[in-house]
Amino acid sequence: MSRPNTRPLSLKTLSLKTALLGAAALLPAAAQADEQYFPLQSYRVGPYAAGGTGFFGGFIDYLTLVNNRDGGVNGVKLTWDECETQYEVERGVECYKRQKNRPGVAAWNPLSVGIAYAMIDDVGRDKVPLITVNHGRTDSTDGRVFKYVFPLLLNPYSESSGIVNYIGAREGGLEKLKGKKIVVLYHGSPYGKETIPIYQLLAEKYGFSVEQVEVPHPGNEQQSQWLSIRRTKPDYVVLRGWGVMNPVALKTAQKVGFPADRIIGNVWSNSEEDVIPAGDAAKGYTAITTQASGADYPVLQEIAKTVYGAGKGNLDDKKRIGSVYHNLGIVNGILNVEAVRIAQDKFGKRTLTGDEVRWGFEHLRLDPKRVEALGAKGLFHSINVSVANHEGEGRVTFQQWDGAKWKVVSDWIAPDWALLRPIIEKSSLAYAAEHGIQVRDPAAEDASN
Amino acid sequence: MEWQFFTEVLVGGLLSGVMYSLVAIGFVLIYKTSGVLNFAQGALLLFAALTFVSLAERGLPVWAAILLTLAAMTLIGALIERTVLRPLVNQPPITLFMATLGVSYVIEGAAQLLWGTQVHGLDLGIDDLPLEIGGVLISSFDLFAAAVAGAMVAALTLFFRYTRIGLGFRAVADDQLAALAVGLSLDRIWTAVWTAAGVVALVAGLLWGARLGVQFSLSLVVLKALPVLVLGGFDSIAGAIVGGLIVGAVEKLAEVYVGPFVGGGIEGWIAYVAALGFLLIRPSGLFGAKPVERV
Repeated sequence: MSRPNTRPLSLKTLSLKTALLGAAALLPAAAQADEQYFPLQSYRVGPYAAGGTGFFGGFIDYLTLVNNRDGGVNGVKLTWDECETQYEVERGVECYKRQKNRPGVAAWNPLSVGIAYAMIDDVGRDKVPLITVNHGRTDSTDGRVFKYVFPLLLNPYSESSGIVNYIGAREGGLEKLKGKKIVVLYHGSPYGKETIPIYQLLAEKYGFSVEQVEVPHPGNEQQSQWLSIRRTKPDYVVLRGWGVMNPVALKTAQKVGFPADRIIGNVWSNSEEDVIPAGDAAKGYTAITTQASGADYPVLQEIAKTVYGAGKGNLDDKKRIGSVYHNLGIVNGILNVEAVRIAQDKFGKRTLTGDEVRWGFEHLRLDPKRVEALGAKGLFHSINVSVANHEGEGRVTFQQWDGAKWKVVSDWIAPDWALLRPIIEKSSLAYAAEHGIQVRDPAAEDASN
Repeated sequence: MEWQFFTEVLVGGLLSGVMYSLVAIGFVLIYKTSGVLNFAQGALLLFAALTFVSLAERGLPVWAAILLTLAAMTLIGALIERTVLRPLVNQPPITLFMATLGVSYVIEGAAQLLWGTQVHGLDLGIDDLPLEIGGVLISSFDLFAAAVAGAMVAALTLFFRYTRIGLGFRAVADDQLAALAVGLSLDRIWTAVWTAAGVVALVAGLLWGARLGVQFSLSLVVLKALPVLVLGGFDSIAGAIVGGLIVGAVEKLAEVYVGPFVGGGIEGWIAYVAALGFLLIRPSGLFGAKPVERV
């Protein structure tokens, strides 16, 4: 414990300190003590507000819990503010320019592919991590090239592999996929098209045939696609949708007589907002997730009791506690906070720079035991991030909609990372060559740490 | 059987087209009487559906929710007429169009502010199960929607022909100055027509809401109505119906039979290609009135 300084100040020292204090007050970029700031480019109005309020609500609820329960991370208070983007790229970039000037920025979490893409060069220049949990560029998994970008838990290729592994398990083994027919119904956008080559690769590897069908944005009409699907008679349909496309897919499937339990949704087709509007047509529908839904996990119960009990909860509707997007926000909060905690262990228990927090993310290793200690056992499995692997080997599980709630119907499944890694590296190295990026050497960096 | 599949695609397209027509009719009502292309029709549709479902979820009986929603739509119509259109009277059409564009953003924001951002399911009690007719599967919900659209067109036709206010609408549509000269109140008629558009928005909002869920995307269905209006004419209810049928059929047939050769996903823009082509041949649409000006 340090002793308080009781020496009387000389006039000279006092003048010097006064001058320094005055100068510091004039410096806008000076970091405030003991605060770590999360700028939130949130979207609470507009077409994607339902997802935005859930995710950012969960994220803020977890930060509030850490502040209220623990007094922050090792005494460093967590702060945040929101800038409304309406999910529009130009607004997201504008928010970035505005929010980045506040001291102590820990990480960016826009939950938007478009905004994240637009920020990649900026975060590299400003040396602050960009977190794209469950989404983002697949090749940003390669941290040797994308030093400041972290598609934590799941990138689109791992998602595709996880879905195929699940279908294989349902059929009694991956070898049973031979001769099966799978249709991928994807959103007509760069996001939707990103997995086209990987499904082709997986089809070749496991011997199933794949047909990939595009639904034009926003996806509120799918009659022709589903009539074609009915004619194809696939064994499964993978739904790679977004927004209104998802309930319309389920309703139109019912309309043409395709069973819901043969439709497997991707990670952006797995929320309550996707199934409730479809009514009975969604019963039996199954979707992939990195975090289970429900409010029975200790961390959720603590949030309900400590945060909402004190009237500080972020969701207007308490019934949404434990929903898919809310739980994703909470898991994202856990990952961000733990990265700060890990970085503090190395750099000191103080406000960290963005680059120091980046180091924390690159050493974010939460095994099932640590996840349990955080009150999140069963909520998500584990994460193991490294310099080379910014995704962190997240496991996936599958939930089935029973008409009222999601029910977990699988174990935690690992995607086929060994198959995917060469494709990811090919793409990331091409990006490095195109942009003149020096590829990092993980072994050398680990040795220097 | 290939012909059965073709018939399914065609019938499915025609029935989808009826859903587009429901939205287009709201545009026609406003344009016919005031010459304003009301871009806020989609936002009105969203507001109506969101208001209805939010009231119903709060335990109000369906009839009460419908009546209250109608009252809200009437109020909005009157407010738009009084605060936006009346001060802009005699301004160029593009000014009025831009004003409705602004109104659409205000209504969308107000809807989310008032009722929240959550997505709602809407069950009208009509199963969307396939009916087999002659070996062809047809959606029972789409048939219901077509029947509703037919009833609405019939009701509007009767209203325009046989009611005093309906005849007033027609008089204003034909010649505003002449209508004024015989003592018709333009303000009252415009308020009434915006209310009528609100009623159409409620009907369309309930049907589209049952199909998509009641959510923000409902306001985007206006994009489906625009090619319908170009094809059918901006001032013809019959044109909105025929235009909708053509657009629906073209979209679905093109997606199924042309899409695979060009990578798919053409449904979103092929209707606009058809509409643009049609504009070149018949600028006022199939049933639209040809403008005649004294020079």
